[in-house]
Amino acid sequence: MATAKLTFTDVALTVNVPSGTRIIEISEKIGSGITYGCREGECGTCITHIIEGQDNLSDPSALELRVLKDNLAGRNDRLACQCQVLEGTVKVRPG
Amino acid sequence: MTSNAPASPTADRARPASGGPQEVADRVTWIGALDPGLRNFDVILKTANGTTYNSYVVRGSAGVAVIDTVKQAFTADFLAKLEAVARYDEITTLVLNHLEPDHTGAVPEFLRRAPHVHIYVSPRGVQVLRALLKDEFDRYQVTVVETGDTVSLGDRTLRFLTTPYVHWPDTQCTYLQEQNLLFTCDLLGCHYCDDRLFNDKVGDFRFSFEYYFDHIMRPFKRYVAQALDLIEPLEIDMIAPGHGPVLRAHPQEYIRHYRRLITKRLASETGAQKTLLIFYVSAYGATAQMAGAVYEGAAESGDVCVSLFDLQDGDVTPLIDLIEEADGLAFGTPTINGDAVRTVWDLLSSLVDIETKGKLGAAFGSYGWTGEAVGMVEARMQGLKMRVPEPGLRIKMHPSAPELEECRDFGRRLAAHLAGRPMEREIDMSALLAR
Repeated sequence: MATAKLTFTDVALTVNVPSGTRIIEISEKIGSGITYGCREGECGTCITHIIEGQDNLSDPSALELRVLKDNLAGRNDRLACQCQVLEGTVKVRPG
Repeated sequence: MTSNAPASPTADRARPASGGPQEVADRVTWIGALDPGLRNFDVILKTANGTTYNSYVVRGSAGVAVIDTVKQAFTADFLAKLEAVARYDEITTLVLNHLEPDHTGAVPEFLRRAPHVHIYVSPRGVQVLRALLKDEFDRYQVTVVETGDTVSLGDRTLRFLTTPYVHWPDTQCTYLQEQNLLFTCDLLGCHYCDDRLFNDKVGDFRFSFEYYFDHIMRPFKRYVAQALDLIEPLEIDMIAPGHGPVLRAHPQEYIRHYRRLITKRLASETGAQKTLLIFYVSAYGATAQMAGAVYEGAAESGDVCVSLFDLQDGDVTPLIDLIEEADGLAFGTPTINGDAVRTVWDLLSSLVDIETKGKLGAAFGSYGWTGEAVGMVEARMQGLKMRVPEPGLRIKMHPSAPELEECRDFGRRLAAHLAGRPMEREIDMSALLAR
């Protein structure tokens, strides 16, 4: 199975994950400061800054794009409850 | 004939209802509602003499604007005042500075009567407006505005300031340029009800102004600072908030006071050094031993300022100020009846009044049978948007010498995170399955 490295810089931890893993599946278990509200991609609470590896994430859905826009997110921000890590290395921190 | 019967509480609470709209400035009219019977607001705030829901009408040569509305229960009162000063067909503009229900309760009915109006909201306000209007949202003209955008009413101009998180993500202010009048909604407001309306007429309401700040704005100090950065350069002759008195006498003093309230009163002696506060409660001395060892380990490197506090029998209130300024918090608690002890929960529940996002958190404790308390405290800290980089440390009964060394190591790792020199770790996802 393809794997990827997902690094949470705020807790200095890298987790080796299967391709397709969402950030939400990992971040709470390791104590990262990324926080969640609706967990369904609507509220924007879990906006997360992608420090490295933006291209190694799944493309945002129309809903995620709208929520990011509505919440004035930056170009390298994603919703941790939505985006999936596909391959390579991804480094994130709370938005 | 006299009666010894106590006065009716209802009669005590009653104040004369406002008779109608009140002019607050040339062609600017207050059309809000008085709620003198309210005794608590949003559950969390005591309101000893109620509150007001302030709404305003601004009349220009080529349009009329309504600025915010009122709580739903006061819709009829609001509409009656509105109809006394404007016809629906001449109202062009509805500005919603904040979408919380106490300011938007009358919006649906108002829009049914004036469906042609153009609605102006902040970027995040539009999300809540969509939820408020449901299927009817698409019927209306809605424009998202940001700092610097303006709306012309002919000889009057409304300019918007995007001021998020004071105290919702959607909050904004609106500046009536020609009259140096700022509509701030919750910012610079307070829960104080008096039909004399103006700050130089309503009596001493300072307690209410600061109480409101402490419970509504304090968790968002850094956003208040950003809002003040936008507001302070403006010429301001009057502030018209969404609750409480209209600030027409020395309005700048209230802005300066907000700046004081978000500024540290005494500079910290720790300077730029990171700080770690260790709080503990101990039933038999075991968690106290752990706390002492965590302290020793964290203080060892000397680059983090570590302090140790026993919460036993203490009032947690004074600790809120301390925690607000700290970079890291560690809580030591035994597990009693499957739970953390009450003093720890008292302190953790009090932290809702301050910003804790991004602070480092950690938990440890001794236990006899089950040891759930540590995980519960960690979950609470995550709920407070803190990062909890080190898995909590639990020790069964009193710590042995090697276990005390584990505690010192735990303290060393916390200090390393705070000082920006954490040991980078790598694990497989399978290691998380048990968490």
